[in-house]
Amino acid sequence: MFVQRGSSRSRVALAGALSVGLVFGLSACGDSDDTEATNGSSAAAIDCSPYTAFGDLKGKTVTIYTGIVTPEDTPHKESYKPFEQCTGVTVKYEGDKAFETQILVRAEAGSPPDIAYVPQPGLLQNLVKTGKAVEAPAETAANVDKFFGPDWKAYGTVDGKFYAAPLGANVKSLVWYSPKEFADKGYQIPTTLDELKALSDKIVADGGKPWCAGIASGEATGWPLTDWMEDFMLRLSGAEAYDKWVKHEIPFNGPEATQALDAVGAYLKNDKYVNGGLGDVKSIAGTTFQDAGLPILDGQCSLHRQASFYAANFPAGTKVAKDGDIYAFYLPGKDATSKPVLGGGEFVLAFADRPEVKAFQTYLSSDVWANTKAKLSSGWVSANKGLDPANLTNPIDQLSAGILQDPNAQFRFDGSDMMPGAVGANSFWKQTTAWITGQDTKTTLDNIENSWPK
Amino acid sequence: MFAAILLFTAVVGLVLFAASRVSGKRDRAVAALYLLPTVLMLGVGLLYPGVRTIYQSFFDASLSNFIGLDNYTKIFTDAEQLIVLRNTAFWVLVTPFAATGIGLLYAILVDKARMESFAKALIFLPMSISFVAASVIWKFMYEYRPDQRNVQQIGLINQVIVWLGGEPVQLLIESPLNTFLLIVVMIWIQAGFAMTVLSAAIKAIPDDIIEAARLDGVGPWGMFRFVTLPAIRPAVVVVLTTIAIGTLKVFDIVQTMTGGRFDTNVIANEFYSQSFRSNDKGLGSALAVVLFILVIPIVVYNIRQLRRSEA
Repeated sequence: MFVQRGSSRSRVALAGALSVGLVFGLSACGDSDDTEATNGSSAAAIDCSPYTAFGDLKGKTVTIYTGIVTPEDTPHKESYKPFEQCTGVTVKYEGDKAFETQILVRAEAGSPPDIAYVPQPGLLQNLVKTGKAVEAPAETAANVDKFFGPDWKAYGTVDGKFYAAPLGANVKSLVWYSPKEFADKGYQIPTTLDELKALSDKIVADGGKPWCAGIASGEATGWPLTDWMEDFMLRLSGAEAYDKWVKHEIPFNGPEATQALDAVGAYLKNDKYVNGGLGDVKSIAGTTFQDAGLPILDGQCSLHRQASFYAANFPAGTKVAKDGDIYAFYLPGKDATSKPVLGGGEFVLAFADRPEVKAFQTYLSSDVWANTKAKLSSGWVSANKGLDPANLTNPIDQLSAGILQDPNAQFRFDGSDMMPGAVGANSFWKQTTAWITGQDTKTTLDNIENSWPK
Repeated sequence: MFAAILLFTAVVGLVLFAASRVSGKRDRAVAALYLLPTVLMLGVGLLYPGVRTIYQSFFDASLSNFIGLDNYTKIFTDAEQLIVLRNTAFWVLVTPFAATGIGLLYAILVDKARMESFAKALIFLPMSISFVAASVIWKFMYEYRPDQRNVQQIGLINQVIVWLGGEPVQLLIESPLNTFLLIVVMIWIQAGFAMTVLSAAIKAIPDDIIEAARLDGVGPWGMFRFVTLPAIRPAVVVVLTTIAIGTLKVFDIVQTMTGGRFDTNVIANEFYSQSFRSNDKGLGSALAVVLFILVIPIVVYNIRQLRRSEA
């Protein structure tokens, strides 16, 4: 009915105008991408020479895609400025909360960024399997050999080839507490698991609920429980058994894992111990992990096991320090000599091998960058041995750096992040959530074992 | 992305240009020309991915080994997947009828009442809110805080329970109650849609029919049963089927409120989590195919009803 003869000429004009208008409108949108201003920061003393070897980089651009979003992204962007000034490269930063699912889609679809900050070694392996990732340049590998332990290098290595240098790190084996309360009531910081248990019982005897916990995190609900279990796996059965368990060389539902989950249950499924200020055992499932530690500030509970990045969740004005409102202690090992540390971190994976991308990778793996970043941020730490703890401003970051750099520390990466996605990002989360709402340990571990990809 | 839009614009421009050149009585050729981009786009954007999804559903997680119907066997035997199917059944059995029923009742009640448009606007408003925003609102309705000193309830429903002397309940954790609480959100959104369409249909009933029924001494219930309902039957069918299709595809509400935890998962959410979280592309595809197959009968019924009412 729209086909009318006689007015074709005017319609051609209209169609043409529409197309042209659309094209111009769209190109206007395309151009509006902001180009980060590269001046403003004081040009800190930085040795530009390592990057001149990559040739003339002026006017080149490196794109980064990451799950690190506001407000944590600001110190990241700031920390690139010395590099940008040195080399003339523009770094374009894109943070996305859905990074972990989107990066795979982008890599498979053939439109990956130049560089991705990958927070999970398991995901890193999947990304390498897409065939789009590029091995790290020799300069970066040399930096990693120099500044990081071999365990960290291994997490960035797939099939014997080194791909990704570590970026940031976090320490998960921490227990948050109130230094004031400990001083008032004469509680001592425990140095063994038995002392931790004795402390919990003492708090119960004083009429309190020692622990508060919460595992709700939207689609990822359950992950804090996997951290609990991994911490106890590491403590009760040792790092070797832990490695085998993560690689599925021993069954997920074996005696070691059963012992670990039952040990967690002795704390979290114990009505006397939980859930201070939050309800009964089941309330752990319904409380968001962000809210879970806050009752310590109101004196409703005394202990909360959560990673170093949890510092950001306390309201503004809370003093996070050894003599402040809140602080953390290292979740002790079985005995005072063993120092297993559970943690996480990100890795810098490149999908392009242009000189400017290589130069940027090398910069990020250097001690120069780690110290630049440390001065700019709070709630951030790196396993980079070149990092001077004095550059860290936040007491928790200093504590974490101290734990990471402790010569006795046995660092292990968060196991659920290294297991296949079907387990580490699915059944492990789901089943432990069911476990805290009443499912028994055996059914829980059997279900996870059955979900392991054959 | 930009290139694709540019290409689309160019193609459309070209087609419009070509169509304007074709003169004379070749209307069919012109029609075909206009259809061409649509057919092309359907092929590239719908048909090809559809066929490919069906093909992939016969493969394992990494799409490298052919495993026949194993993915489908898993969907219909695995305990966790059966809960997904059960919940999807709850959703699609309850939501369309409840939403349509509430919308219809409301449309009849406010019809020709004072402040009709204001009353309608009230129930229509939820339609304008995104599913995610609606879920966030309702999450606060159901929010739980423990019954302890110094702790204030912030969820409306639990506060009412506390006022009545009860203990707060963790509403979103108790299964299968939680699934029905999520369904309430969908009904809340869709009732406005049902009301709008049905109200328009009721207004379209010729006055003389209503007049005649009144003269025959038909009461309010009889008026509804023998006049209103038969007259708006096609509209009711469209509303029911539209909501049913929308409900089958529900994803946002489950994702936002529980993330599929505590036995609230549905097919669309499980499809997403298998494909992108677990990286099991085969099972994800199979779930998508099951969803597709479930929608077909509803669409077919919808089309047949539309044809019949037009005939």
